Amino acid sequence: MFDFIPVDVLTTLILLPLLGAAVVFVLPRDRDDAARWAALGISLVVLVLAIAVFYDVQADPPAPGEWAFEEQVEWFPQINATWHVGVDGLSATMILLTGILMPLAILISFEVKEQVQAHMALFLFLQAGMLGVFVALDMMIFFVFWELGLVPMYFLIFLWGGENRRYAANKFFLYTMAGSLGLLLASQFIGYTVGSFDFSVMFAEWPAYLASGGKVLGLDINVVKYYALLGFVIAFLIKIPAWPFHTWLPDAHTEAPTAGSMILAGVLLKLGAYGFLRLAIPLFPQEWIIERQLFSLSYNLVDVLGLLAVAGIVFGALAAWGQTDFKRLVAYSSVNHMGFVVLGLAVAALMYGTLWANTNGEYALVAGAAGIDVPEGEKISEVVQAAYPVERLEQDRDKANIALNGAVLQMFNHGLSSAGMFLLAGALYHKAHTRDLRRFGGLWDIAPVFGALLIFVSMASLGLPGLNGFVGEYLIVAGSVKFYAPYVLLSMLGLIVTGIYILKGIQKLLHGPVNQEWVEYDRTQHRLEISRREVIAIAPLVVLILITGLYPNWVLQVINDGVMRFLGG
Amino acid sequence: MDINWLDADYLPWLILFFPLLSFGIIVLFTARNHVLSQAVALAGIGIAWVLSLIEFAHVAWIGDLELGKEVYGSTTGWLDLGKNTFEMGVMVDPLTAYMLLMVPLACLMIFIYSRGYMHGDAHNSRFFAYISLFAGAMLTLVLADNLLLLFIGWEVMGFCSYALIGFWSHKKSAYQAGVKAFMTTRVGDVLMLVGIGYLLLEASAFFGAPTLSFRDILYNDAMLEHLVQTDAVIFGGSAAGLIGVLLVAGTIGKSSQFPLHVWLPDAMEGPTPVSAMIHAATMVSAGVYMVVRMFPLLSAGADYHHGDFSTPMIVMGVIGAITALGAAILAVGQNDIKRILAYSTISQLGYMVAALGVGAWIAAVFHLVNHAFFKALLFMCSGVVIHSMEHGEHQAEEHGYPHEPHDEPDGLVMDYCAPPNDVQRMGGLAHRIPVTAITMALGGLSLAGFPLLTAGFWSKDEIIAEAWHGAGEGYMLPLFVVLALLIAAGLTAFYTARMWFLTFWGQPRTPAAHYAGQGSFRRRWVRFWNRSRWGQQAALEDEPLPAADRGIMLHMEMPLVVLAVLAVVAGFIGIHKDILGVNPLHDFLVETTFDHADVLGFSLLPMLASIVLALGGLGLGYWVYGLRPLKQGQVDPTEKALGPGIWRVLQNRFYIDILYRDYLVRPVEWFAVNIVIQTIDKETIDGVLETVAETFNGLGEMCKRFNRVVIDGVGDGIPQSIGEFAGWFRQQQTGRIQQYLLFVTLALLALGALFLIQVR
Repeated sequence: MFDFIPVDVLTTLILLPLLGAAVVFVLPRDRDDAARWAALGISLVVLVLAIAVFYDVQADPPAPGEWAFEEQVEWFPQINATWHVGVDGLSATMILLTGILMPLAILISFEVKEQVQAHMALFLFLQAGMLGVFVALDMMIFFVFWELGLVPMYFLIFLWGGENRRYAANKFFLYTMAGSLGLLLASQFIGYTVGSFDFSVMFAEWPAYLASGGKVLGLDINVVKYYALLGFVIAFLIKIPAWPFHTWLPDAHTEAPTAGSMILAGVLLKLGAYGFLRLAIPLFPQEWIIERQLFSLSYNLVDVLGLLAVAGIVFGALAAWGQTDFKRLVAYSSVNHMGFVVLGLAVAALMYGTLWANTNGEYALVAGAAGIDVPEGEKISEVVQAAYPVERLEQDRDKANIALNGAVLQMFNHGLSSAGMFLLAGALYHKAHTRDLRRFGGLWDIAPVFGALLIFVSMASLGLPGLNGFVGEYLIVAGSVKFYAPYVLLSMLGLIVTGIYILKGIQKLLHGPVNQEWVEYDRTQHRLEISRREVIAIAPLVVLILITGLYPNWVLQVINDGVMRFLGG
Repeated sequence: MDINWLDADYLPWLILFFPLLSFGIIVLFTARNHVLSQAVALAGIGIAWVLSLIEFAHVAWIGDLELGKEVYGSTTGWLDLGKNTFEMGVMVDPLTAYMLLMVPLACLMIFIYSRGYMHGDAHNSRFFAYISLFAGAMLTLVLADNLLLLFIGWEVMGFCSYALIGFWSHKKSAYQAGVKAFMTTRVGDVLMLVGIGYLLLEASAFFGAPTLSFRDILYNDAMLEHLVQTDAVIFGGSAAGLIGVLLVAGTIGKSSQFPLHVWLPDAMEGPTPVSAMIHAATMVSAGVYMVVRMFPLLSAGADYHHGDFSTPMIVMGVIGAITALGAAILAVGQNDIKRILAYSTISQLGYMVAALGVGAWIAAVFHLVNHAFFKALLFMCSGVVIHSMEHGEHQAEEHGYPHEPHDEPDGLVMDYCAPPNDVQRMGGLAHRIPVTAITMALGGLSLAGFPLLTAGFWSKDEIIAEAWHGAGEGYMLPLFVVLALLIAAGLTAFYTARMWFLTFWGQPRTPAAHYAGQGSFRRRWVRFWNRSRWGQQAALEDEPLPAADRGIMLHMEMPLVVLAVLAVVAGFIGIHKDILGVNPLHDFLVETTFDHADVLGFSLLPMLASIVLALGGLGLGYWVYGLRPLKQGQVDPTEKALGPGIWRVLQNRFYIDILYRDYLVRPVEWFAVNIVIQTIDKETIDGVLETVAETFNGLGEMCKRFNRVVIDGVGDGIPQSIGEFAGWFRQQQTGRIQQYLLFVTLALLALGALFLIQVR
């Protein structure tokens, strides 16, 4: 269906915003509107392509081992890196999310008055970076785009941010840079070891890789693998951001311009979770579930990941409750919501590892992961196969499927609702020039449309059934309860507090007696009611939130294809 | 696909669709026009009501399905999970059909009433939008064919109750009450969510496909057996037990059972039609409906006719009995007319939950529907009373009485009672609003269980009879339940009588009551009264009723009459078989399950006990408040009898609310602000980061100094380049982006070169 495009679709998808950025950047300085509309137009074309890609994947899901729109050309032969791109259900969903959010963010940044050309160019540049990560099937490309996503965001915060932007921008940059260093080293190491940067080669060779004598570069292979995994995991955890790597997020969000926050929360945070699914889990199946010892305490990394997820859910919610700055409250809600994604990822990692170990005959690992006691002197393979027959494995895979479906759906949903929340927070801040919740109250009569939209999007964020957030959370809870019942119950504490901070936000802004100070402000300084342009920007989010809540299958079908590829079955 | 939407299999979709459509239309299009919004809302619920009747007729008479094995309904694929699809759908079986008789009708009455009650409110459209959504959510819940759709309706109702309780959101107490309701029920809801999730897992393991359909799970002995045999993932016991307890937790929140009952009395902050919605047609009924619906699962593995109760049943029995009794005690010690009714609702819901605990699920449904009718009636009556008292305050001022300011507290205060709601300040209102007085008397008699004539009697008696039977066999749980329920029955009759007599009987105790607004038929009542024997002693003045008020009153009183009739006759369809020879309700409902519960024989003793207690309570109430009506300035005899200490405890609701606030909510908030934000995030995590940053900064400084002191002394060429390096190194902390890019590029180039060499 894409015969009319001379180059292949995914390359176009990346090049278009990249070239667009260059064009927008050199547009004449005195015609700001030209830059705005050009950027919007380009992002809309990208959206059309993204929709086309999504529905093509839906209509014709790629077979296991294949990729939709796959393209591989020689790129960097000296190190065996190729320009290898392709999509499956997981990346198609994320591409769609990026495609949807970018025009809305650009529409919102129409309000930026200084350096419009540069501002718009950076957004398109950012989009190219994010899309590149989602389509990359080669480690070098993945890393290059991973870093490309970082730079424009830094500038957006640094140049167009709020009062404390220097601190926030540097914190954001150093945090993610610190993660990237580990990612760079680990990925280069793996690429060097297996002799290729292509994902398929890496997945096929690295998990089972044993250098001669169990040593590589003079180090024990298990130690090397452990640290390589940490390199990946820390980079991705910072990006998600999982507790305790999250403290950059509230600062970055608070200082970023509205559109920057929307993209940061909506898409950039998803890069971390996507990295888990694309790299950190498939590359290290056994590393996740190996029993480790720390002072006679036995644990495995999946459990640790689950624990971080619960900590993120509970502490993220509590921290959001304690905020007095509206944007910080919303920022911490991301920690809370992405915690559920991490919980789903932990289940996925556990299941992926178990399946891998079972297929590869590593029965000791299966026994450890499934909690099977092997009596002394009995043959481990027989015990495990008896206690954990294929039917049970299949059942557990179905359960993990549910959790992982929920996690990816939650990524998509959080993208919609957090972008909406930041849009509204920014819309108010842009007019009132304060985010201090203690100063607001009684705004509902002054800005009724804003109030209604705020309640709607807040409820989506709270996970009200009938709106999108619920479906993902429910599936994660349902899928995880078998593997991590205590974690799930603990995270319910977080879910209760989620309700408190959402209602606190609504109440502090809208409820209470009509606020005369703001009535006066509304009359003399600046209308507080949401502007028409902002309504147009949030309308697609509202519609998608509702549709996804009522009929999630329009997107879950594609996600499910991706999840089935991932976990098999 | 060609679908005949009027077919009984597809009609349920339309029933729930129209109120939701009304919501959408009002929000998007008609919000600025109050009259149009009201019309849209009324049309939505009206259509739903008519369609519900058609659907009921299908199920009860027209259709030829073998109910119990088959149901009306249809599904659609909703979620692709793995190789299978989760189906979402609606169904109508006898239980749902019976609910369809009650829910849309009660909602319709409340909608009509709201037209009068909300007259002149600035946010009229918003109100009608919310109650349309409320009704739509309840219908979704009732019509759902699976637990997930039920939960969707359940939570949307939670949102509606939050929004409507806090409807007058400029009032601090109102929005606080809204948040309290939402958060308290959410405690139960998140546990229920885990239960639903766990059930989905077990069902998917059993069937090989994800399903939560009631038909698949509840009416499938093999599935239930699987749940009983499977060990729970946590806490020990069986999976069925754990899932059951988690689901019951949802009901404890939603149906306001101890210890999550605290939200309901404060829910009175909302407009009175909302109270009627929450207490009768929707919200709290949903909790009981859910446990009735899930009863086969909750009682899985139990043989409750022979003293073997499952864990969820024990939980329900104990909690329900405690709630029924505790709330009845609290209702005696309240002066706010709506709060008396609120505690009575909690208490009556306790009856239903306790009934399920002893296995009397049909009795629970019967009481649920009857209670909905008479409690909607009572609340709407109390709304008229308050409306007319508020009117009276204005009138009294116009007649020269001093203005009495409502010194409303800032936020929720446990023992505060708004003056127009205070029964102590009423008296003699029967002469002002006679229609309300009579209908409220009928509703009150039904609540008190006045023997033989009222609906409340028959359903309450059935619950007590079933518990009595179990107690007679010597089982502990039914014994506990029946004792609590009998005491509560006596208290119920007493506080109902107290409320009614204090409100309507005797002489007005305040100017506001004297000049209270008038209802329909008042002139006829005055003429009738003045001609009678009592009128000779104290004649009433005839005052004209303003025409504007007449329309409002008519809207408010018409639903009262309809519901008053139902509060009496709704019980006659479920009288025990041994009395009339036929029990249509039981025969109809029992088809809901395969498992035809064996009917207990009629026994006279429990019925006599409940008759004695109901009449005793009413008689005591009449003796204390009816024979010698309370006069202005007199202390309430109940208050005097209980003494100031106990009275204060009752006014403060056993101090449970304060306990939660001071020892649960506030410490957690303190923890959030001081530990999570300050100690963990700011001091520990950011503290470590800053230490690292400063260390690097210090290193840079050292390089700089080293460069200046040592190398500058050596020569020029080398020092300069190193100095540049040190400066560059230092800048890493100040975040100059070009440098980073340069660094990354250089690193990449260096690595590339390295690999190049290696590969060659």
